[in-house]
Amino acid sequence: MNRHLLSIDDLDVADIHRIFTTAAEMHDVQRREVKKLPALRGRTVINLFFEDSTRTRSSFEIAGKWLSADVINLSAKGSSASKGESLRDTAMTVTAMGIDGLVVRHSASGAAAQISQWIDVPVINAGDGTHEHPTQALLDGYTLTRRLGTLEGKHVAIVGDVTHSRVFRSNVKSLTKLGASVTVVAPPTLMPAGVGDWSKEAGFATSWDLDSVLPDADAVMMLRVQRERMSGGFFPTAREYTIGYGLTRGRLDLLKPGTPILHPGPMNRGLEISPDAADAADSLVLDQVSSGVAVRMSVLYHLLAGESDKTDGGTA
Amino acid sequence: MEPVQTSFKEPSREAEKEGRSVLPASQNPKAHDGTAAGRIVLDADDISRALTRISHEILERNKGAEDLLLLGLHTRGVPLARRLAANIAAVEGTTVATGSLDVTMYRDDLRSHPTRAPHRTELPAAGIDGKTVVLVDDVLYSGRTIRAALDALSDLGRPAVVRLAVLVDRGHRELPIRADHVGKNLPTARSERVSLRLSEIDGEDEVTIQ
Repeated sequence: MNRHLLSIDDLDVADIHRIFTTAAEMHDVQRREVKKLPALRGRTVINLFFEDSTRTRSSFEIAGKWLSADVINLSAKGSSASKGESLRDTAMTVTAMGIDGLVVRHSASGAAAQISQWIDVPVINAGDGTHEHPTQALLDGYTLTRRLGTLEGKHVAIVGDVTHSRVFRSNVKSLTKLGASVTVVAPPTLMPAGVGDWSKEAGFATSWDLDSVLPDADAVMMLRVQRERMSGGFFPTAREYTIGYGLTRGRLDLLKPGTPILHPGPMNRGLEISPDAADAADSLVLDQVSSGVAVRMSVLYHLLAGESDKTDGGTA
Repeated sequence: MEPVQTSFKEPSREAEKEGRSVLPASQNPKAHDGTAAGRIVLDADDISRALTRISHEILERNKGAEDLLLLGLHTRGVPLARRLAANIAAVEGTTVATGSLDVTMYRDDLRSHPTRAPHRTELPAAGIDGKTVVLVDDVLYSGRTIRAALDALSDLGRPAVVRLAVLVDRGHRELPIRADHVGKNLPTARSERVSLRLSEIDGEDEVTIQ
């Protein structure tokens, strides 16, 4: 396994399965009275978040703490970054405190990869701009694998604001690596140019017509409409988006019975997903959250618990 | 200028033992080569007799099969625990709870190896509180695996009693740990390797030394 987790490209299929197997064991810890494993005792992880986040940051924090690591959260608001410190100086400074791992979220694509060039500890990308969000894709893949048994030969529809979605980019890579076929559904204005060439894997397709894709889907992943990244003009009104691409109550009837529904959160209820879909029996939204902790424990364990690449072995 | 680090950097021999044993027979080039596999110290009948005796010892010590939980340590302790449970069931006519325990996360030498995915830890629904837990392992060596298992147990609950049953005790303890039930005491040199093969995993029963 690579030293950093910056992109799904850092993982091969065997790595992904190893992360899933470990996550399944970590999942059991959540049900125990003593939610603690000693694997990262004495290690320090910093969550460096330049962008707002509730679930990803707290998920990484809980994951680190359940593995007995010391976890410190730094957010851009109220930090030196808001006083004009450069990304490099911030990264070098926190690393100089003697940490063992850095979890980074940044609004600029490639920020985590850039930081990994500067510092000497494993870097985990917790979302960089519109590029990738690998742990989200891993937890989605893990949740779906638990539900469907395997992703081999399954058909996953990813629906919504594809242009702005790092979750989508990571998921296309990991789902196709796991053998699923993926159909991306988005309005033409939110479908990036040249998206058809993104995956060489068989079964990768794009569509503008949600109603024709849903009956064939083994799972539906709704993406959040990211208004904060939109300067306007991608669709006329929210209502029009919902009519064309929202998972409404009416569209639930198009799905095969038992088709799981995923959403990476936070959900815009009534926009891309109706309350009927979000709260349906087949909605895996809360499973995704609990799987998220298990998968992040697994990732932290594999990147930080084993022998260090450094020859001096002095990370402790 | 970092003397404290030496224990982390020196790979535990206990872990080497496990590292070898997780290889399936088909991937282990030495496994099928009679001469390279070393001298057989216990054959299938010896192993069966030892397990029968240990089963009776456990029953005698526990005064029956009540509240007994046989917890196998991965990899080869798990089938051994099941065999002991089958023996006890045959003698007492009652079923005995079994489970499996993975101690990967609790090892003291995590940092000297690449990480590996843990095996399943499976406990009876009733848990381990108040039970007589018998840890079952194949070869007792440095004692570090058992130390890790005791730590893992304390996170899982509070057994009334914890005992240890091993098929082979080869000596060279590095911690104050001893087994309550031993199939065979096998004096060894540190340079020697003791390997247990079990039909459930390796297709045949034998203990070899090389």
